[in-house]
Amino acid sequence: MSEHIVSSKTYYTIWIILLVLTAVTAWIATVDLRPPLNTIVALLIASGKATIVVLFFMHVKYTSEKLTKTVLVAAVFWLLILLALSMADYTTRHLL
Amino acid sequence: MADRPAVESIEQHNLALQHHFVNMEQQRNAASLGMWLFLATEIMFFGGLFCSYLIYRYWYPNEFAIASRALSLPIGTVNTAVLICSSLTVALSVRAAQVGQRKMLVILLLLTMLFGLTFLGVKGYEWHDEYERHHVPGLAFNISDLTAEYPQIHIDPVHTQLFFALYFAMTGLHALHMIIGVGLFCFITFYAWKGHYGPDYHTPLENSGLYWHFVDIVWIYLFPLLYLIDRHPLK
Amino acid sequence: MATATTIVAERENYLNKEFGIRSWLLTTDHKRIALLYLIWITFFFFIGGFYALLIRLELLTPAGDLVQSDTYNKLFSMHGQVMIFFFLIPSIPAVLGNFLVPMMIGAKDLAFPRINLLSWYLLVVSGILMLHAMMLGGVDTGWTFYTPFSTAFSNSHVIEAGVSIFIAGFSSILTGLNFVVTIHRMRAPGMTWGRLPLFIWAHYATSIIQLLGTPVLAVTLLLVVADRAANMGIFDATRGGDPLLFQHLFWFYSHPAVYIMILPSMGVINEVITCFSRKRVFGYAFVAFASIAIAVLGFLVWAHHMFVAGISLYSALIFSLLSYSVAVPSAIKVFNWTATMYKGSIQYNTPLLYALGFIGLFTMGGMTGLFLACLGIDVHVTDTYFVIAHFHYIMVGGAVMGYLAGIHFWWPKISGRMYPEGWGRLAALIVFIGFNLTFFPQFILGYLGMPRRYWQYPPEFQVLNVLSTAGSTILAVGYVLPMIYLLWSMRYGKIADENPWRAAGLEWTTASPPPTTNFEETPVVTWEAYNYDEIDAPQQEVKVGG
Repeated sequence: MSEHIVSSKTYYTIWIILLVLTAVTAWIATVDLRPPLNTIVALLIASGKATIVVLFFMHVKYTSEKLTKTVLVAAVFWLLILLALSMADYTTRHLL
Repeated sequence: MADRPAVESIEQHNLALQHHFVNMEQQRNAASLGMWLFLATEIMFFGGLFCSYLIYRYWYPNEFAIASRALSLPIGTVNTAVLICSSLTVALSVRAAQVGQRKMLVILLLLTMLFGLTFLGVKGYEWHDEYERHHVPGLAFNISDLTAEYPQIHIDPVHTQLFFALYFAMTGLHALHMIIGVGLFCFITFYAWKGHYGPDYHTPLENSGLYWHFVDIVWIYLFPLLYLIDRHPLK
Repeated sequence: MATATTIVAERENYLNKEFGIRSWLLTTDHKRIALLYLIWITFFFFIGGFYALLIRLELLTPAGDLVQSDTYNKLFSMHGQVMIFFFLIPSIPAVLGNFLVPMMIGAKDLAFPRINLLSWYLLVVSGILMLHAMMLGGVDTGWTFYTPFSTAFSNSHVIEAGVSIFIAGFSSILTGLNFVVTIHRMRAPGMTWGRLPLFIWAHYATSIIQLLGTPVLAVTLLLVVADRAANMGIFDATRGGDPLLFQHLFWFYSHPAVYIMILPSMGVINEVITCFSRKRVFGYAFVAFASIAIAVLGFLVWAHHMFVAGISLYSALIFSLLSYSVAVPSAIKVFNWTATMYKGSIQYNTPLLYALGFIGLFTMGGMTGLFLACLGIDVHVTDTYFVIAHFHYIMVGGAVMGYLAGIHFWWPKISGRMYPEGWGRLAALIVFIGFNLTFFPQFILGYLGMPRRYWQYPPEFQVLNVLSTAGSTILAVGYVLPMIYLLWSMRYGKIADENPWRAAGLEWTTASPPPTTNFEETPVVTWEAYNYDEIDAPQQEVKVGG
């Protein structure tokens, strides 16, 4: 994939960030944030963790291959199609 | 840039080159694209479950919030950390191959599998716990322990079965992927120990690593969705 | 003219390179795998056809007098499942796609030959499971497996059928994965995206659908199996579940699946029409992007199968609007094919006859799809024979005719023999007549109100049903004929040279049948696709392939 050799230091840094974010998300869940804020924060943190795993552990930050990023973005987009259009039904059922 | 047609090169002597490929670069790029496409299919595979979860949580927010409290927050958090450690070790293992450190490579792969098995063991314990507490959907389902603990929240206990159905389905599918991953890494570790992977060639290791990270990312989302729905102290 | 044995014995090709069952069952040659698929899906085509004949036989009379109602439910369910999952979905991609994709782009094989073989074995295993389920009595849920009938009330073999289709789904996913990687990474020097045959663009679009849609079906079937086997209750209304959730997840795949079934056929039509009109395709870029547009838009319309199922009116409106939009790229293709033929030098060979049939019948099927996309009309004709006629016009009048066009067009390349042209044309005509007689009356029946999946009907519908059944027997003859003469041609057919049609495309620059590695040396492409003006140029003998 890429010839770029990521330094161990980078990997360890990302690892620490991931552990910290895990602790943060667990702790924040115990704080009384009115829904939907608690869910939004939890998902934002999760997405942040996922993003750094993709960028650093999966080397997407270091690849020159545009196709990799296209595939990834497309898959996430397709999942959102499934979620969004299904919810279009469920959120409007009570209206009629 | 790998999307242009490949040109013949003199690199034909690499033993790992499969002969329908022109050169190692084409082979490596093909394998990598193949794994990313496979991960895209996995996103959609889990996606069906995430869609079901979204809909039922939308319908039954209180039931999901209470049912989520049946799961142990400390155990879930620790397990998440275990999986994150395994992602670190597998990322470091790819690096070890890239710089030709065979011994370190094998150790890191063994650690990865150890973390993975730990995660699975903890998961098994959690499942067993839910089973003992009658939280498995079906005829024996009973959440009177939860309704007793949170009498101030009015829920329909029957609907909490949907949370648990999804909990077992999602963590079960995730665990299955982890088991497959551990199995895959058995082979990878064996070949690594035999010296098959080095700076010149480590494509199967790299792609297995991608798979492993993906399984980690699924859990990164499952953790808040299943364990952290609503943990704030109730008055 | 040299005799068969002397010519074929001389040149080594993919058929005679190795003999013996192991060389076939353990092959990684994409061309051999294509033939393995051909045998397997043809077998299932006749099984599905057999179920169809039983259905039509029952429907000869208004009364339910041939089989019991439970049995009838199983007949249409098995007909649908077998035809869709074991014939249509694999058909063109697994047979023609496998054979031709590497050749058309100038590669030696697909990117992952062993995964290609695995794909075949997955289809074989799933087929055996389905045959076993059939022998035990099959399923009676319809090919659509709607809950809660499939999860809680059906007494048929839902789990086995579900597992079978789950496995078949992975066969499809891996084929799609192989194609996408191959097309991206293994094109010969000079074979840019803009020079690819539109057959390749069509298969690329198909592969996107296979990759992104099939996994959702897979997980949905797993949920049905879990509900049934372990009483999970995900779709159980008594526990707060929503049976419609199954339909959303099911149709998220199954609507794009119909584009898996039609896009490859459209790919074939491009190749056939250009060759037998001796013209470049009109609007290459439009056709290429229309393929991608169909693949993308096809994912946005699934709930048009659920208009009367209980979804909200607002979402129904959204899906109706989106459903109209997906017709646009299909229409663009039909216009472009027609414009391609305009002022072309038309040769009415068998492949073109099928292609012409495709254009007309697909257009009818597509337009009736627009009727169904209209909420007001759909309320009246959904779950009637109108829908059945609509999708058979597309899947049989479209997809199957495209498949037959392709089989005939590339038969010389695959087998090294020509099929008998007279019989080919006759069979095409019989298919066309039989098809229309079978399915046109069904539009009328549906419009008049005859419901689908019913084993008896009011007597006033009998005449049309009799016409339909008569048509189906003619159609059956039309399908059996190619079986016979194609097999005959493998031994007695005229020997084909490397390019009997003087067609454009890299696959025609190599021997018929091709050598195992496809090309003696890797081609370097310097010409545009469908360069028929160059090929047919009178002054010098321009060799096909620049």
